Amino acid sequence: MTHMIKGAAKLRTSGLMAGAALALVLSATGADAETLRWARVADALTMDPHSQNEGPTHTLNHHIYETLVGRATDGTLTPRIATEWEISAEDDSVWIFHIREGVTFHDGTALTADDVVFSLNRAQAETSGMRALHAGVEEVTAPDEFTVHVRLSGPAPLYVQNLTNTFIMSRAWAEANGVVEPQDYAGGEESFAVRNTNGTGPYVMVEREPEVRTVLRAFDGHWDDAPEVTEIIYTPISEPATRVAALLSGEVDLVQDVPVQDIVRLEQTAGLKVVRGPENRNIFFGYDMTSERLKSSNAEDNPFSKPEVREAMSLAIDRDAIQQVVMRGASDPSAAPLPPFVNGWTEEIDAYGPPDYERGQELIAAAGYPDGFTVDLDCPNDRYINDEAICQAVVGMLGRINIDVNLNSQTRSLHFPLIETWDTDFYLLGWGVPTFDSQYVFDFLVHSREGSYGAYNASKYSNPEMDEKIEALATMTDLDARDALIAEIWQEVMEEDIFLNIHNQVLAYAMREDINLEVHPENQPNLAKVTFGN
Amino acid sequence: MLAHILRRIVQSLIVMLVVALVSFSLFRFVGDPVSSMVGQETTLADRAEMRDRLGLNDPFIMQFAGFITRAVQGDFGVSYRLQQPVMELILSRLPATLELALVSGIFAFVIGVSLGVYTALNRRGWSSNAIMTVSLIGVSLPTFLIGVLLIWVFAVELQILPSFGRGATVQVTDWWTTGFLTPSGRASLVLPAITLGLYQLTLIMRLVRAEMLEVLRTDYIKFARARGLSNRAVHFGHALKNTMVPVITITGLQLGSIIAFSIITETVFQWPGVGALFINSVRFVDVPVMAAYLMLIALIFVVINLIVDLLYFVIDPRLRVDRASARH
Repeated sequence: MTHMIKGAAKLRTSGLMAGAALALVLSATGADAETLRWARVADALTMDPHSQNEGPTHTLNHHIYETLVGRATDGTLTPRIATEWEISAEDDSVWIFHIREGVTFHDGTALTADDVVFSLNRAQAETSGMRALHAGVEEVTAPDEFTVHVRLSGPAPLYVQNLTNTFIMSRAWAEANGVVEPQDYAGGEESFAVRNTNGTGPYVMVEREPEVRTVLRAFDGHWDDAPEVTEIIYTPISEPATRVAALLSGEVDLVQDVPVQDIVRLEQTAGLKVVRGPENRNIFFGYDMTSERLKSSNAEDNPFSKPEVREAMSLAIDRDAIQQVVMRGASDPSAAPLPPFVNGWTEEIDAYGPPDYERGQELIAAAGYPDGFTVDLDCPNDRYINDEAICQAVVGMLGRINIDVNLNSQTRSLHFPLIETWDTDFYLLGWGVPTFDSQYVFDFLVHSREGSYGAYNASKYSNPEMDEKIEALATMTDLDARDALIAEIWQEVMEEDIFLNIHNQVLAYAMREDINLEVHPENQPNLAKVTFGN
Repeated sequence: MLAHILRRIVQSLIVMLVVALVSFSLFRFVGDPVSSMVGQETTLADRAEMRDRLGLNDPFIMQFAGFITRAVQGDFGVSYRLQQPVMELILSRLPATLELALVSGIFAFVIGVSLGVYTALNRRGWSSNAIMTVSLIGVSLPTFLIGVLLIWVFAVELQILPSFGRGATVQVTDWWTTGFLTPSGRASLVLPAITLGLYQLTLIMRLVRAEMLEVLRTDYIKFARARGLSNRAVHFGHALKNTMVPVITITGLQLGSIIAFSIITETVFQWPGVGALFINSVRFVDVPVMAAYLMLIALIFVVINLIVDLLYFVIDPRLRVDRASARH
């Protein structure tokens, strides 16, 4: 299909240029520099701000509701409803938030600390998707009208990093409309908050047709400068070819999820531009390092438990080839499963060498597999950018060091339970770090699986000393000592080859040439910050 | 007659039950809904609890019985994905699909019959050969590709028709919205209707042509000509009329498949109908929506078949005689 389009594009480039140029002239002369038509692959699932912890849902809600702190495009925290925040001097398990004065909800009522208390409690409800981010919270109080205290079960220097997607609602509005708790799926009733909103954000929702279109209009009473974009028309278009066509035909102004294979073509189209930036998500392979035997292998023991085998696999991966061929340049290859803006990232752990198949073969033979071994690889085919193609490339590369990999690629809803139930020997996983700190990676991927730890640790890696260090990170308030410990853990993780990392994903937004918008590492562009003109 | 209708209805109900059972047992292979419903921070314990709350751990028979009991009362539950009652969700999406199916059905029928008659009457003309050749392409090209090509030509290059969506709609009743009443709504219908109807069009055209050629060879056409009737009267008054019986039957039955198989067209054009809803639900393992959608499609087919059966019964007296004698 893409080949057909490409062919057609070549044949008709001149017509296309004329069309795009015309669209540009129209947009430049008209006063429509206020409405922005925005398309992306999926719609928000619900407008209830605490019901789902999901990307597109948060992205849309960020325009209507606001959080205590925001995340800038460089990954740093910015003041939003909270103007300042700090750990209490008297008790290091208490966070203090100073609430902005003069913030009003769309219904005209003023926001006070009590609304923040209400919202932080609502986010902890049993039916809330945001619950896990507030797991350590014991009590939320408001000592005065513009101060909020959050008491945690222990010192939690990173708690504020968990707040970038927890939105603040109005207590009075929620109580009046019976939405004190988020929707319960099993309840059988639609909650009022699914399709109605009352936030403090820069835009008011004026129209909502789920999966068809959502219209937002600038909110006059917003505390910040008025945005240049006064109206947003948000349209989900799930089919990649149609999404690109809608941009080329001038029916939308901004496409958030640009298919990798179309980036170059859109860059070359007059009147359009593509902005790229690193995403907070890396793609890696994991393997069962611990079991006695692998379920899908012909080896008598577990090859992945041997350091030589893991080293050989790392030597067999040609990350640059994957970047150039599979990703068409749209990825940042790296050795460590960590995006560069996350605390703990260093050039040293990121660096990777060229592939060395001969050395890889030797290591495999030396590990006791002169004829190699077989294993199944589990791979999702609809979750990450070109996920299945990455797996296919890796199958070929590992074949060159005599590891005969049988690829099992399937939809996300079948793939992820395998990781959850430890029903996989070798798997692909993508990981984002919403807290922008290495501890998040260690908690979920390196710590032994127990309690809330190690939920995605399907390598079954378990090291009590390591666990102790990881747990210590959570409560360390001396940040220099903490960073040193993070560096120590990373060194060990990299030496052990716990992850076979491929790259960090790169995001691309395509838009009309006169729109200025930066790529957001969490893929949450804020259209209130859009400016027009070059 | 009444007994026959009752028997048919009972059979239809059994078919519906079997469809429900088969589709319900398939859902277990689609994956785990909970993994798409929760964020990555959710603990394993919370996930297990959620599965419990949704009743996903109950034995299959219990789940199925619960589903049937509620479905009979018109309650299909709440969508896992969009958190709205499933019935309301499907009803709000149904008008888009029905309007698209209707327009593409009419398009396929009118153009298909005209071209069929034309190619039958001008059997050896170069234009007929051209039409027949092109129609082969229509049959063999996948819907997806046709849709993308149409978007490319008419939306991107010529910029005369919209590439996606349904345009502006007008609220007619509580849940019925129509795109017929606005210019953008009508413009939006063109490309998806052609995409969806193209296959049916070629089918009808080939059927009409074949039937027409058959009928034109029969004796009564020769007699009609012998009576000195005009070509026009022979072709349209005698020949076409007699070809229409099977054509109408096929078209009626095809309407069901147009509705059921609009999934691809709806996806390509981001058409907000039940087909697109179903595809998105499959990706998310939204079991309540998938179950209700499959039941709806089964119902459409069952109803169409029931009507056809009953019509045959009314039209063909032999059926009635057989029944009557079989009973004695």
